[in-house]
Amino acid sequence: MYQVIEGIISPVNDSYGKKDLVASHHRVAMAQLALQTSDWIRVDPWESEQAQWMETVKVLRLIERSRSKTADYPVKHLPLHHHNQLLKSSAQMEDPDPSKTPSASAALPELKLLCGADVLKTFQTPNLWKDEHIQEIVEKFGLVCVSRRGHDPKGYILDSPILRQFQHNIHLAREPIQNEISATYIRKALGQGQSVKYLLPDTVIAYIRDHGLYSSDGSWTGKGKIS
Amino acid sequence: MSPSLTQKPSPTGMYQVIEGIISPVNDSYGKKDLVASHHRVAMAQLALQTSDWIRVDPWESEQAQWMETVKVLRLIERSRSKTADYPVKHLPLHHHNQLLKSSAQMEDPDPSKTPSASAALPELKLLCGADVLKTFQTPNLWKDEHIQEIVEKFGLVCVSRRGHDPKGYILDSPILRQFQHNIHLAREPIQNEISATYIRKALGQGQSVKYLLPDTVIAYIRDHGLYSSDGSWTGKGKIS
Repeated sequence: MYQVIEGIISPVNDSYGKKDLVASHHRVAMAQLALQTSDWIRVDPWESEQAQWMETVKVLRLIERSRSKTADYPVKHLPLHHHNQLLKSSAQMEDPDPSKTPSASAALPELKLLCGADVLKTFQTPNLWKDEHIQEIVEKFGLVCVSRRGHDPKGYILDSPILRQFQHNIHLAREPIQNEISATYIRKALGQGQSVKYLLPDTVIAYIRDHGLYSSDGSWTGKGKIS
Repeated sequence: MSPSLTQKPSPTGMYQVIEGIISPVNDSYGKKDLVASHHRVAMAQLALQTSDWIRVDPWESEQAQWMETVKVLRLIERSRSKTADYPVKHLPLHHHNQLLKSSAQMEDPDPSKTPSASAALPELKLLCGADVLKTFQTPNLWKDEHIQEIVEKFGLVCVSRRGHDPKGYILDSPILRQFQHNIHLAREPIQNEISATYIRKALGQGQSVKYLLPDTVIAYIRDHGLYSSDGSWTGKGKIS
Protein backbone atom coordinates (compact mmCIF):
# COMPACT_ATOMS: atom_id res chain seq x y z
CA MET A 1 0.00 0.00 0.00
CA TYR A 2 2.82 2.35 0.74
CA GLN A 3 6.17 3.20 -0.74
CA VAL A 4 8.65 3.84 2.02
CA ILE A 5 10.78 6.85 1.12
CA GLU A 6 12.75 7.53 4.25
CA GLY A 7 13.49 6.33 7.75
CA ILE A 8 14.61 8.42 10.68
CA ILE A 9 16.15 7.26 13.92
CA SER A 10 16.01 9.83 16.67
CA PRO A 11 17.79 8.76 19.85
CA VAL A 12 15.98 9.66 23.04
CA ASN A 13 17.08 12.51 25.29
CA ASP A 14 19.38 11.64 28.22
CA SER A 15 16.88 13.05 30.69
CA TYR A 16 14.52 10.18 29.86
CA GLY A 17 16.46 8.46 32.60
CA LYS A 18 16.32 4.90 31.43
CA LYS A 19 18.67 2.51 33.17
CA ASP A 20 21.89 1.77 31.25
CA LEU A 21 21.35 4.69 28.88
CA VAL A 22 24.77 5.94 27.79
CA ALA A 23 25.32 9.59 26.92
CA SER A 24 23.38 10.62 23.86
CA HIS A 25 26.38 11.67 21.80
CA HIS A 26 27.52 8.02 21.99
CA ARG A 27 24.12 6.70 20.97
CA VAL A 28 23.95 9.11 18.08
CA ALA A 29 27.46 8.16 16.98
CA MET A 30 26.71 4.44 17.09
CA ALA A 31 23.52 4.85 15.09
CA GLN A 32 25.40 6.92 12.52
CA LEU A 33 28.07 4.24 12.19
CA ALA A 34 25.43 1.57 11.73
CA LEU A 35 23.70 3.63 9.03
CA GLN A 36 26.78 4.70 7.09
CA THR A 37 25.91 2.49 4.18
CA SER A 38 22.18 3.09 4.14
CA ASP A 39 20.71 5.17 1.37
CA TRP A 40 17.31 5.70 3.00
CA ILE A 41 17.67 5.69 6.79
CA ARG A 42 19.32 8.47 8.73
CA VAL A 43 19.90 9.62 12.30
CA ASP A 44 18.56 12.89 13.65
CA PRO A 45 20.23 14.08 16.86
CA TRP A 46 17.92 17.05 17.45
CA GLU A 47 15.74 15.46 20.12
CA SER A 48 18.73 14.21 22.07
CA GLU A 49 20.25 17.69 22.07
CA GLN A 50 17.30 19.46 23.68
CA ALA A 51 17.25 20.48 27.32
CA GLN A 52 14.80 17.76 28.29
CA TRP A 53 12.81 14.77 27.19
CA MET A 54 9.56 15.27 25.27
CA GLU A 55 6.61 12.94 24.72
CA THR A 56 6.39 10.92 21.55
CA VAL A 57 3.30 12.58 20.21
CA LYS A 58 4.85 16.04 20.57
CA VAL A 59 7.80 14.92 18.51
CA LEU A 60 5.53 13.62 15.79
CA ARG A 61 3.59 16.89 15.78
CA LEU A 62 6.74 18.94 15.43
CA ILE A 63 7.84 16.98 12.42
CA GLU A 64 4.44 17.19 10.82
CA ARG A 65 4.33 20.95 11.40
CA SER A 66 7.78 21.51 9.96
CA ARG A 67 7.04 19.38 6.95
CA SER A 68 3.91 21.24 5.98
CA LYS A 69 5.86 24.49 5.79
CA THR A 70 8.14 23.31 3.07
CA ALA A 71 6.86 22.46 -0.37
CA ASP A 72 9.48 19.98 -1.35
CA TYR A 73 10.42 18.75 2.11
CA PRO A 74 14.14 19.43 2.26
CA VAL A 75 15.09 16.81 4.74
CA LYS A 76 18.05 18.40 6.40
CA HIS A 77 16.20 21.49 7.52
CA LEU A 78 13.63 19.55 9.42
CA PRO A 79 14.06 18.79 13.08
CA LEU A 80 13.18 15.14 13.20
CA HIS A 81 12.85 13.64 16.57
CA HIS A 82 12.07 10.42 18.17
CA HIS A 83 13.74 7.58 19.98
CA ASN A 84 12.00 5.11 17.76
CA GLN A 85 12.35 5.09 14.07
CA LEU A 86 10.00 7.25 12.11
CA LEU A 87 9.00 6.34 8.61
CA LYS A 88 7.84 8.62 5.93
CA SER A 89 5.83 6.92 3.31
CA SER A 90 3.91 8.03 0.28
CA ALA A 91 0.33 6.91 0.07
CA GLN A 92 -0.28 4.97 -3.09
CA MET A 93 -2.35 6.47 -5.83
CA GLU A 94 -5.68 4.81 -6.49
CA ASP A 95 -4.29 2.92 -9.41
CA PRO A 96 -4.50 -0.82 -8.99
CA ASP A 97 -1.73 -1.42 -11.52
CA PRO A 98 1.12 -2.74 -9.38
CA SER A 99 3.70 -1.98 -12.02
CA LYS A 100 3.23 1.72 -11.62
CA THR A 101 5.40 3.17 -8.92
CA PRO A 102 3.64 5.99 -7.09
CA SER A 103 5.25 9.27 -7.94
CA ALA A 104 6.59 11.02 -4.88
CA SER A 105 5.03 14.28 -5.91
CA ALA A 106 1.56 12.83 -6.35
CA ALA A 107 0.92 12.39 -2.62
CA LEU A 108 2.21 14.01 0.53
CA PRO A 109 4.45 11.76 2.55
CA GLU A 110 2.85 10.35 5.68
CA LEU A 111 4.80 10.12 8.88
CA LYS A 112 4.43 6.92 10.87
CA LEU A 113 5.88 5.60 14.06
CA LEU A 114 7.83 2.36 13.80
CA CYS A 115 7.89 0.27 16.94
CA GLY A 116 8.18 -3.28 18.21
CA ALA A 117 5.18 -5.28 19.36
CA ASP A 118 6.50 -4.92 22.89
CA VAL A 119 5.97 -1.16 22.67
CA LEU A 120 2.41 -1.75 21.48
CA LYS A 121 1.86 -3.68 24.68
CA THR A 122 3.06 -0.75 26.78
CA PHE A 123 -0.02 1.20 25.70
CA GLN A 124 -1.85 -0.95 28.26
CA THR A 125 0.45 0.03 31.13
CA PRO A 126 -1.43 2.33 33.50
CA ASN A 127 -0.17 5.92 33.57
CA LEU A 128 2.54 5.36 31.01
CA TRP A 129 0.80 6.87 27.98
CA LYS A 130 -2.02 9.40 27.97
CA ASP A 131 -5.07 7.95 26.23
CA GLU A 132 -5.43 11.04 24.08
CA HIS A 133 -1.84 10.67 22.97
CA ILE A 134 -2.31 7.04 21.98
CA GLN A 135 -5.34 8.07 19.97
CA GLU A 136 -3.53 10.88 18.23
CA ILE A 137 -0.62 8.62 17.36
CA VAL A 138 -2.78 5.93 15.79
CA GLU A 139 -5.44 8.21 14.33
CA LYS A 140 -3.43 11.06 12.95
CA PHE A 141 -0.09 9.42 12.21
CA GLY A 142 -0.23 5.62 12.16
CA LEU A 143 1.94 2.80 13.42
CA VAL A 144 4.15 0.26 11.74
CA CYS A 145 4.67 -2.61 14.14
CA VAL A 146 7.45 -5.21 13.92
CA SER A 147 7.10 -8.54 15.65
CA ARG A 148 8.74 -9.58 18.87
CA ARG A 149 8.84 -13.15 20.12
CA GLY A 150 6.34 -13.68 22.90
CA HIS A 151 4.20 -10.73 21.91
CA ASP A 152 0.84 -10.82 20.18
CA PRO A 153 0.19 -7.48 18.47
CA LYS A 154 -3.14 -8.59 17.01
CA GLY A 155 -4.27 -9.49 20.49
CA TYR A 156 -3.13 -6.14 21.93
CA ILE A 157 -5.07 -4.34 19.22
CA LEU A 158 -8.24 -6.33 19.88
CA ASP A 159 -7.93 -5.75 23.63
CA SER A 160 -7.85 -1.97 23.30
CA PRO A 161 -10.86 0.08 22.18
CA ILE A 162 -8.64 2.86 20.82
CA LEU A 163 -6.37 0.52 18.89
CA ARG A 164 -9.31 -1.49 17.63
CA GLN A 165 -11.00 1.64 16.31
CA PHE A 166 -7.94 2.69 14.33
CA GLN A 167 -6.57 -0.74 13.45
CA HIS A 168 -6.63 0.18 9.77
CA ASN A 169 -3.85 2.58 10.67
CA ILE A 170 -1.74 -0.03 12.44
CA HIS A 171 0.35 -1.97 9.98
CA LEU A 172 1.91 -5.24 11.13
CA ALA A 173 5.14 -5.65 9.22
CA ARG A 174 5.55 -8.75 7.12
CA GLU A 175 8.84 -10.30 8.17
CA PRO A 176 10.05 -13.36 6.29
CA ILE A 177 13.01 -13.48 8.64
CA GLN A 178 12.34 -12.44 12.21
CA ASN A 179 14.90 -10.30 13.90
CA GLU A 180 15.21 -11.20 17.57
CA ILE A 181 18.23 -9.04 18.34
CA SER A 182 17.53 -6.90 21.38
CA ALA A 183 19.59 -4.04 22.73
CA THR A 184 18.95 -5.32 26.24
CA TYR A 185 20.61 -8.61 25.39
CA ILE A 186 23.51 -6.86 23.69
CA ARG A 187 24.20 -4.72 26.75
CA LYS A 188 24.00 -7.75 29.01
CA ALA A 189 26.37 -9.78 26.85
CA LEU A 190 28.87 -6.93 26.75
CA GLY A 191 28.60 -6.53 30.50
CA GLN A 192 29.64 -10.17 30.80
CA GLY A 193 32.54 -9.76 28.40
CA GLN A 194 30.87 -11.81 25.67
CA SER A 195 31.22 -11.24 21.96
CA VAL A 196 28.40 -9.56 20.04
CA LYS A 197 30.04 -10.01 16.66
CA TYR A 198 27.48 -10.64 13.90
CA LEU A 199 24.81 -9.06 16.11
CA LEU A 200 26.11 -5.53 15.61
CA PRO A 201 28.12 -4.00 12.76
CA ASP A 202 31.88 -4.23 13.32
CA THR A 203 32.16 -0.44 13.29
CA VAL A 204 29.75 -0.16 16.21
CA ILE A 205 31.53 -2.92 18.15
CA ALA A 206 34.80 -1.07 17.67
CA TYR A 207 33.22 2.16 18.90
CA ILE A 208 31.87 0.45 22.02
CA ARG A 209 35.28 -1.05 22.72
CA ASP A 210 37.18 2.19 22.10
CA HIS A 211 34.91 4.14 24.44
CA GLY A 212 34.55 1.48 27.12
CA LEU A 213 30.77 1.39 26.92
CA TYR A 214 28.48 -1.21 28.48
CA SER A 215 31.17 -3.05 30.39
CA SER A 216 30.74 -3.95 34.01
CA ASP A 217 34.10 -2.59 35.09
CA GLY A 218 34.54 0.28 32.70
CA SER A 219 37.06 -1.43 30.50
CA TRP A 220 36.51 -4.11 27.90
CA THR A 221 38.95 -6.88 27.17
CA GLY A 222 37.67 -7.85 23.75
CA LYS A 223 40.18 -10.16 22.06
CA GLY A 224 41.23 -10.27 18.46
CA LYS A 225 41.01 -7.73 15.69
CA ILE A 226 37.30 -7.43 16.02
CA SER A 227 35.82 -9.40 18.85
CA MET B 1 26.52 -18.69 5.89
CA SER B 2 26.76 -16.73 9.08
CA PRO B 3 28.12 -18.51 12.15
CA SER B 4 25.58 -18.44 14.91
CA LEU B 5 27.96 -19.36 17.72
CA THR B 6 29.19 -16.05 18.92
CA GLN B 7 30.42 -16.96 22.36
CA LYS B 8 33.61 -18.50 23.61
CA PRO B 9 33.93 -20.85 25.45
CA SER B 10 31.50 -23.24 23.87
CA PRO B 11 27.76 -23.30 24.42
CA THR B 12 27.95 -26.18 26.88
CA GLY B 13 30.77 -24.60 28.83
CA MET B 14 32.72 -27.84 28.49
CA TYR B 15 34.89 -26.95 25.57
CA GLN B 16 37.03 -24.11 24.48
CA VAL B 17 36.43 -23.44 20.82
CA ILE B 18 39.73 -22.67 19.15
CA GLU B 19 38.89 -22.62 15.48
CA GLY B 20 36.10 -22.86 12.95
CA ILE B 21 36.37 -23.99 9.37
CA ILE B 22 33.88 -23.50 6.58
CA SER B 23 34.42 -25.82 3.65
CA PRO B 24 32.09 -25.14 0.72
CA VAL B 25 30.74 -28.24 -0.97
CA ASN B 26 31.97 -29.50 -4.31
CA ASP B 27 30.04 -28.38 -7.42
CA SER B 28 29.41 -32.00 -8.39
CA TYR B 29 27.12 -32.32 -5.36
CA GLY B 30 24.56 -31.06 -7.81
CA LYS B 31 22.27 -29.14 -5.50
CA LYS B 32 19.77 -26.85 -7.21
CA ASP B 33 20.80 -23.18 -7.28
CA LEU B 34 24.38 -23.98 -6.36
CA VAL B 35 26.60 -21.35 -7.96
CA ALA B 36 30.16 -22.17 -9.02
CA SER B 37 32.36 -23.02 -6.06
CA HIS B 38 34.87 -20.24 -6.65
CA HIS B 39 32.01 -17.78 -6.02
CA ARG B 40 30.91 -19.55 -2.87
CA VAL B 41 34.45 -19.64 -1.57
CA ALA B 42 34.91 -15.95 -2.38
CA MET B 43 31.69 -14.96 -0.61
CA ALA B 44 32.59 -16.95 2.49
CA GLN B 45 36.02 -15.35 2.54
CA LEU B 46 34.49 -11.88 2.31
CA ALA B 47 32.12 -12.66 5.15
CA LEU B 48 34.99 -13.91 7.32
CA GLN B 49 37.48 -11.16 6.60
CA THR B 50 37.16 -9.76 10.07
CA SER B 51 37.01 -13.02 11.96
CA ASP B 52 39.97 -14.02 14.05
CA TRP B 53 38.92 -17.65 14.54
CA ILE B 54 36.86 -18.81 11.56
CA ARG B 55 38.32 -19.45 8.13
CA VAL B 56 37.37 -20.88 4.76
CA ASP B 57 39.02 -23.93 3.26
CA PRO B 58 38.51 -24.35 -0.49
CA TRP B 59 40.18 -27.76 -0.78
CA GLU B 60 37.03 -29.87 -0.88
CA SER B 61 35.46 -27.64 -3.52
CA GLU B 62 38.55 -27.94 -5.70
CA GLN B 63 38.57 -31.73 -5.90
CA ALA B 64 37.36 -33.65 -8.94
CA GLN B 65 34.19 -34.79 -7.25
CA TRP B 66 32.02 -34.66 -4.16
CA MET B 67 32.93 -36.74 -1.12
CA GLU B 68 30.85 -37.91 1.82
CA THR B 69 30.93 -35.96 5.06
CA VAL B 70 32.49 -38.69 7.12
CA LYS B 71 35.37 -39.08 4.68
CA VAL B 72 36.12 -35.41 4.98
CA LEU B 73 36.19 -35.61 8.74
CA ARG B 74 38.51 -38.63 8.60
CA LEU B 75 40.92 -36.83 6.31
CA ILE B 76 41.19 -33.91 8.65
CA GLU B 77 41.65 -36.14 11.66
CA ARG B 78 44.38 -38.11 9.89
CA SER B 79 46.21 -35.00 8.81
CA ARG B 80 46.03 -33.48 12.23
CA SER B 81 47.54 -36.46 14.03
CA LYS B 82 50.63 -36.26 11.84
CA THR B 83 51.60 -32.83 12.99
CA ALA B 84 52.55 -32.15 16.57
CA ASP B 85 51.54 -28.54 16.75
CA TYR B 86 48.83 -28.61 14.10
CA PRO B 87 49.97 -25.93 11.67
CA VAL B 88 46.66 -24.91 10.29
CA LYS B 89 47.56 -23.86 6.81
CA HIS B 90 49.14 -27.15 5.87
CA LEU B 91 46.05 -29.15 6.65
CA PRO B 92 43.49 -29.87 3.99
CA LEU B 93 40.29 -29.03 5.81
CA HIS B 94 37.18 -30.04 4.08
CA HIS B 95 33.52 -29.92 4.55
CA HIS B 96 30.48 -28.08 3.36
CA ASN B 97 29.36 -27.52 6.90
CA GLN B 98 31.38 -25.75 9.44
CA LEU B 99 33.82 -27.81 11.41
CA LEU B 100 34.88 -26.85 14.88
CA LYS B 101 38.00 -27.75 16.63
CA SER B 102 37.71 -27.62 20.34
CA SER B 103 39.91 -28.49 23.23
CA ALA B 104 38.42 -30.80 25.80
CA GLN B 105 38.49 -29.13 29.19
CA MET B 106 40.86 -30.37 31.83
CA GLU B 107 39.24 -32.04 34.79
CA ASP B 108 39.55 -28.94 36.87
CA PRO B 109 36.22 -27.65 38.10
CA ASP B 110 37.62 -24.17 38.65
CA PRO B 111 35.86 -22.11 35.96
CA SER B 112 38.37 -19.32 36.19
CA LYS B 113 41.12 -21.48 34.80
CA THR B 114 41.19 -21.47 31.04
CA PRO B 115 42.21 -24.85 29.64
CA SER B 116 45.63 -24.67 28.13
CA ALA B 117 45.61 -25.56 24.45
CA SER B 118 48.59 -27.82 24.87
CA ALA B 119 47.07 -29.86 27.64
CA ALA B 120 44.55 -31.62 25.41
CA LEU B 121 44.35 -32.52 21.74
CA PRO B 122 41.80 -30.53 19.81
CA GLU B 123 38.65 -32.41 18.91
CA LEU B 124 37.03 -31.99 15.56
CA LYS B 125 33.26 -31.64 15.53
CA LEU B 126 30.67 -31.14 12.87
CA LEU B 127 28.51 -28.03 13.20
CA CYS B 128 25.09 -28.30 11.65
CA GLY B 129 21.54 -26.99 11.90
CA ALA B 130 18.74 -28.98 13.49
CA ASP B 131 17.31 -29.44 10.02
CA VAL B 132 20.40 -31.43 9.05
CA LEU B 133 19.97 -33.59 12.15
CA LYS B 134 16.54 -34.44 10.83
CA THR B 135 17.95 -35.58 7.50
CA PHE B 136 19.60 -38.51 9.27
CA GLN B 137 16.11 -40.03 9.24
CA THR B 138 15.72 -39.71 5.46
CA PRO B 139 15.96 -43.16 3.90
CA ASN B 140 19.05 -43.76 1.77
CA LEU B 141 20.50 -40.33 2.35
CA TRP B 142 23.08 -41.22 4.97
CA LYS B 143 24.67 -44.61 5.59
CA ASP B 144 23.92 -45.77 9.14
CA GLU B 145 27.57 -46.58 9.75
CA HIS B 146 28.50 -43.07 8.70
CA ILE B 147 26.02 -41.50 11.07
CA GLN B 148 27.42 -43.61 13.85
CA GLU B 149 31.00 -42.72 13.04
CA ILE B 150 30.15 -39.02 12.94
CA VAL B 151 28.46 -38.98 16.33
CA GLU B 152 30.66 -41.55 18.03
CA LYS B 153 34.09 -40.65 16.81
CA PHE B 154 33.74 -36.95 16.11
CA GLY B 155 30.66 -35.36 17.67
CA LEU B 156 28.06 -32.84 16.61
CA VAL B 157 27.29 -29.28 17.59
CA CYS B 158 23.72 -28.55 16.59
CA VAL B 159 22.23 -25.08 16.21
CA SER B 160 18.50 -24.57 16.39
CA ARG B 161 16.16 -24.03 13.49
CA ARG B 162 12.57 -22.87 13.89
CA GLY B 163 10.16 -25.72 13.45
CA HIS B 164 12.73 -28.38 14.24
CA ASP B 165 13.03 -30.39 17.43
CA PRO B 166 16.58 -31.71 17.78
CA LYS B 167 15.90 -33.36 21.15
CA GLY B 168 13.03 -35.23 19.54
CA TYR B 169 15.17 -36.34 16.58
CA ILE B 170 17.79 -37.65 18.99
CA LEU B 171 15.26 -39.60 21.03
CA ASP B 172 13.71 -41.05 17.88
CA SER B 173 16.97 -42.50 16.62
CA PRO B 174 18.73 -45.42 18.35
CA ILE B 175 22.13 -44.32 17.06
CA LEU B 176 21.72 -40.71 18.10
CA ARG B 177 20.26 -41.71 21.45
CA GLN B 178 23.23 -43.94 22.17
CA PHE B 179 25.72 -41.16 21.51
CA GLN B 180 23.66 -38.21 22.70
CA HIS B 181 26.44 -37.22 25.10
CA ASN B 182 28.38 -36.37 21.96
CA ILE B 183 25.65 -34.22 20.47
CA HIS B 184 25.79 -30.71 21.84
CA LEU B 185 22.78 -28.48 21.36
CA ALA B 186 24.04 -24.93 21.14
CA ARG B 187 22.72 -22.45 23.61
CA GLU B 188 21.51 -19.48 21.60
CA PRO B 189 20.30 -16.43 23.49
CA ILE B 190 19.46 -14.88 20.14
CA GLN B 191 18.19 -17.26 17.49
CA ASN B 192 19.42 -16.79 14.00
CA GLU B 193 16.70 -17.56 11.48
CA ILE B 194 18.54 -16.36 8.40
CA SER B 195 18.47 -19.06 5.73
CA ALA B 196 20.42 -19.15 2.50
CA THR B 197 17.32 -20.48 0.77
CA TYR B 198 15.40 -17.35 1.72
CA ILE B 199 18.28 -15.12 0.67
CA ARG B 200 18.42 -16.70 -2.78
CA LYS B 201 14.67 -16.40 -3.17
CA ALA B 202 14.64 -12.74 -2.13
CA LEU B 203 17.45 -11.93 -4.55
CA GLY B 204 15.62 -13.78 -7.30
CA GLN B 205 12.70 -11.44 -6.72
CA GLY B 206 14.89 -8.35 -6.72
CA GLN B 207 14.44 -7.74 -2.99
CA SER B 208 17.03 -6.27 -0.69
CA VAL B 209 18.97 -8.54 1.65
CA LYS B 210 20.79 -5.72 3.41
CA TYR B 211 21.36 -6.44 7.10
CA LEU B 212 20.94 -10.16 6.37
CA LEU B 213 24.31 -10.47 4.64
CA PRO B 214 27.49 -8.43 5.03
CA ASP B 215 27.66 -5.50 2.60
CA THR B 216 30.79 -6.94 0.99
CA VAL B 217 28.96 -10.14 0.10
CA ILE B 218 25.96 -8.23 -1.26
CA ALA B 219 28.31 -6.21 -3.46
CA TYR B 220 29.98 -9.39 -4.72
CA ILE B 221 26.60 -10.94 -5.59
CA ARG B 222 25.58 -7.79 -7.45
CA ASP B 223 28.89 -7.44 -9.29
CA HIS B 224 28.77 -11.06 -10.48
CA GLY B 225 25.06 -11.20 -11.23
CA LEU B 226 24.43 -14.15 -8.93
CA TYR B 227 21.05 -15.46 -7.77
CA SER B 228 18.95 -13.22 -9.97
CA SER B 229 16.12 -14.56 -12.06
CA ASP B 230 17.23 -12.89 -15.26
CA GLY B 231 20.96 -12.84 -14.87
CA SER B 232 21.22 -9.18 -14.01
CA TRP B 233 20.40 -7.47 -10.76
CA THR B 234 18.89 -4.04 -10.48
CA GLY B 235 19.75 -3.32 -6.89
CA LYS B 236 19.18 0.35 -6.14
CA GLY B 237 21.30 2.66 -4.08
CA LYS B 238 24.89 2.44 -2.96
CA ILE B 239 24.36 -0.81 -1.20
CA SER B 240 20.92 -2.29 -1.66
